[in-house]
Amino acid sequence: MPLLSKKESKLILDPLADNNPITIQVLGICSALAITAELKASVVMAVSVLFVLGMGNVVISLMRNIIPSKIRIIVQLVVVATLVIVVDQTLKAFAYELSKTLSVFVGLIITNCIIMGRFEAFALGNGPWRSFLDGIGNALGYGVILIIVRFFRELLGSGTLFGIPVLGDPIAKTGLYAFGYENNGFMIIPPAALIVVGILIWIQRAKNPSLVEEA
Amino acid sequence: MALNTDKNSYTVLFSVIMVSVVGAILAYLATGLKDKITENQRFEKQQNILYAMGVHNNTDESSVNFIPTTEVDQRFGELIKGQYVIQDGEATPQEDAFMIDLKKELDLIKSGKDGKLPLFIGEQEGKTYYIFPMYGKGLWDAIWGYMSVDESLTITGVYFDNKGETPGLGANIKMRFFMDDFIGESIVSDTGYTPIEVVKGNNDPLNSDKSDAEVDALAGATITGNGVSAMIKESIRLYEPYFEKVRSLN
Repeated sequence: MPLLSKKESKLILDPLADNNPITIQVLGICSALAITAELKASVVMAVSVLFVLGMGNVVISLMRNIIPSKIRIIVQLVVVATLVIVVDQTLKAFAYELSKTLSVFVGLIITNCIIMGRFEAFALGNGPWRSFLDGIGNALGYGVILIIVRFFRELLGSGTLFGIPVLGDPIAKTGLYAFGYENNGFMIIPPAALIVVGILIWIQRAKNPSLVEEA
Repeated sequence: MALNTDKNSYTVLFSVIMVSVVGAILAYLATGLKDKITENQRFEKQQNILYAMGVHNNTDESSVNFIPTTEVDQRFGELIKGQYVIQDGEATPQEDAFMIDLKKELDLIKSGKDGKLPLFIGEQEGKTYYIFPMYGKGLWDAIWGYMSVDESLTITGVYFDNKGETPGLGANIKMRFFMDDFIGESIVSDTGYTPIEVVKGNNDPLNSDKSDAEVDALAGATITGNGVSAMIKESIRLYEPYFEKVRSLN
């Protein structure tokens, strides 16, 4: 028997492409715009969301039959907030350097609509194992877009990748800069992320017309 | 028996239990990790002070590498010969002066009261370094750092950090290409103390002129740069009366 059934692997793979939380469901856009200015921060953010969404989905799924429906949103918020604090404190104690990069984004994880969206739409109605897979899949789908967006923003905006110059030195005019190439400062600011995400959405729907919503 | 989760009494009971459980988990976590977190903060400050003094593990031209946390406590003890606190115009030795919350002390000074100002004296290979902390405001949030000067009040190193400056723009104050520009500038000239200023368009982007008390600004980070200038100015203003005094202590 394979590790994951066909249905289960679909839970992980779908959010990576045809049901991507950012480009298809258009959730979690705010954090995608804010933190894609630096590749390292995007990766840290993606890993943190992976942990919080995976764990949170399991916790909510385990409690799904005892959560009072009147206060279920509050319960979900408490679960996210607790997990985020656990992540933050643990990182501060055992990975201090990383926690300094992450701490700014803690609030963003709590308000990330993907997390609340998955709790509400999936974990409340499914078992823990499937909810866990769904959480991992959606967090990966989110992370992939984050890293793609960041890749273009950092490359075009600063001429670097992971902080390492790849297009030459803009001050000493070496590499591409010797031919009059200039960094595009616009790519560093958040609106540029919106444009990159927009282009991604466009490309994805152009390749797969079944994703296009009826006007 | 199916649970009736719609009843008000159940909802209240559930919330009470949930809050207690979550509260207990977080309290347990916070107390359990507190020592470890404080230790990390100690190490970070020691690393930053040593970095400003020029003690680091930098191997290339662009990356910032501190002394590893496993060694920093020992190296700090060896190299930092004095930790002082300046208050009421007097410098008194104090252990762990780097744990002083500079923001609080600066607020006290601003409101006319006497605050404690930490000052560190380091010695390496026969040279003496005076290292003082700085704290100020960038575009979005706090910026801080340390500056190290030698006996002739020439800067031997700086370290900057920030809480929430824009990544890729203002947050670049902690990059080598910015921090290294300060080395060699002097905070004193014929006309008195000269805080180093971060300026645009000084026609010296490579910062080869070390006597102009100017450092080339970061493109796209005007307000953060101004914040750095203001922070240095404020710190030098506060420490100026004591530089002479502390030098006579040794």
